Amino acid sequence: MEQHELEQLEIDLFLEGVYRRYGYDFRNYARASLQRRMRGLMAATGHSSVIEMLPKVFSDRGFLIRVVDALSINVTEMFRDPPFFLALREKVVPYLKTYPFIKVWHAGCASGEEVYSLAILFKEEGIYDRTTFFATDFNAGTLEKAKAGIYPLDTMKKFAGNYLAGGGKAALSDYFHAEYDSVIVDGSLKKNVTFAMHNLATDGVFGEMHLILCRNVLIYFDAQLQCRAAGLFDDSLVHGGILALGSKETLRFTELADYYDMLDEKWRIYRKTGATYLAAHWGAPT
Amino acid sequence: MSPARSMQAVVMGASAGGWAAFSRILTALPADYALPVAIVLHVHPGQGEDFPLHMAPGRRIPVRPAQDKDPFLPGVAHFAPPDYHLLIEWDKTLSLSADPKVCHSRPSIDVLFESAASVYGPGLLGVLLTGASSDGTNGIKRINELGGLTVVQDPDTAEHPTMPRSAVTHASPWRVLGLDAIAQLLLDLAPKPHPVFPDLESGATPPDRSRP
Ligand SMILES: C[S@@+](CC[C@H](N)C(=O)[O-])C[C@H]1O[C@@H](n2cnc3c(N)ncnc32)[C@H](O)[C@@H]1O
Repeated sequence: MEQHELEQLEIDLFLEGVYRRYGYDFRNYARASLQRRMRGLMAATGHSSVIEMLPKVFSDRGFLIRVVDALSINVTEMFRDPPFFLALREKVVPYLKTYPFIKVWHAGCASGEEVYSLAILFKEEGIYDRTTFFATDFNAGTLEKAKAGIYPLDTMKKFAGNYLAGGGKAALSDYFHAEYDSVIVDGSLKKNVTFAMHNLATDGVFGEMHLILCRNVLIYFDAQLQCRAAGLFDDSLVHGGILALGSKETLRFTELADYYDMLDEKWRIYRKTGATYLAAHWGAPT
Repeated sequence: MSPARSMQAVVMGASAGGWAAFSRILTALPADYALPVAIVLHVHPGQGEDFPLHMAPGRRIPVRPAQDKDPFLPGVAHFAPPDYHLLIEWDKTLSLSADPKVCHSRPSIDVLFESAASVYGPGLLGVLLTGASSDGTNGIKRINELGGLTVVQDPDTAEHPTMPRSAVTHASPWRVLGLDAIAQLLLDLAPKPHPVFPDLESGATPPDRSRP
């Protein structure tokens, strides 16, 4: 067996072991970038092979947390891809305004920058007060950061630029309190946001939603796991509900592609219409 | 006598000066080039992803901005989109990631090279060209380690020598060559439509690397 094949086998065994031992299921993550992070973890913890880490993770729950941290990629920003937020304002908010109350599921919220960006946008569009946000992630440590809503002051400069480019109507600093070299999210942004643990690989649906945001998460999944997650989103969305993915993510590997309209092709904003589905099963209305 | 080793895939990387360098190499490749090619060129993150379509107007090999989960097709040069890493997946499809920058870059050459080395092992050819960074050096090391072949542009011929020099100094590439010789090597190492004897004149017969 060539060396590169051996390492692949070790990774398969490791992921199977972590799943059977702890229930964390990384078996359907896209392997190429996962392998890179496994090698990073190996180097950081002084192991010389992946298989060497298996007994370690079996006997040491603390090491499991290192594994989960290494395999969940928590990089995020406020108003990442500003034109996406412009598209939300222009193409999605008008639909949402027609609902008396709005439920939003933000899946894979990482340390919270994106959910607070959304909250700011909803405030400025006058729909925050009738909205409940459910922000979920499967990484407990990251979720704690999201709940705390405390960010380094020096990142705010870049975020402020993103905010304005994304159609911001005030100043980003209006929504934060500065404290030493940190900023803290204002309580009025937090009050309608509920944070919870949720694993897209193993957990189920928990409510009916009008908007689901899941950006830069599916890109780490293989086609099979993408289908599972997309199925959860579909089961959660009301008829006419909206699904927003990351700019390099699509529904093309799922069965859903036919039942959703593209509201914005570049920024992967879909609307659940079911029209195609009805036409396929009942014949188009004449 | 073993015939010239035939490779299974090509990965290439460049930074500053890479537009001209890639243009020259792509122009030399035929429309039906037998290997799949993946390319990282450092560009501004705000650059549109269609930028490679404008490269080397007379070229015959088609180029494509890489999309997540697309097949890694022979005869096509797949370019990493701005602000995402490009990787080769174990099942030989393309994979994008928004992981942190590596060597201040996303896309990073190291990320592409290391992932492809893990898939193709001895069947991979890695090519590193001009640039003012140290990205690519670790990638070249990893390809060597897993038995693949590596070629670095001769720093004296590179528009920006820092990146190839870093690899020549720290990663012991198999060959150090000018652009035209690199293009010729890409042709020589691709499987031919008909069986041929190794072209001894080109000096391209790969060494027999020992394996574990
Ligand atoms: C790259 S971040 C994306 C953050 C944010 N949505 C953005 O685009 O800026 C990916 C997030 O997905 C989370 N994640 C990965 N696998 C998950 C899973 N199976 N279930 C829930 N969240 C997951 C990670 O913990 C991480 O916080």
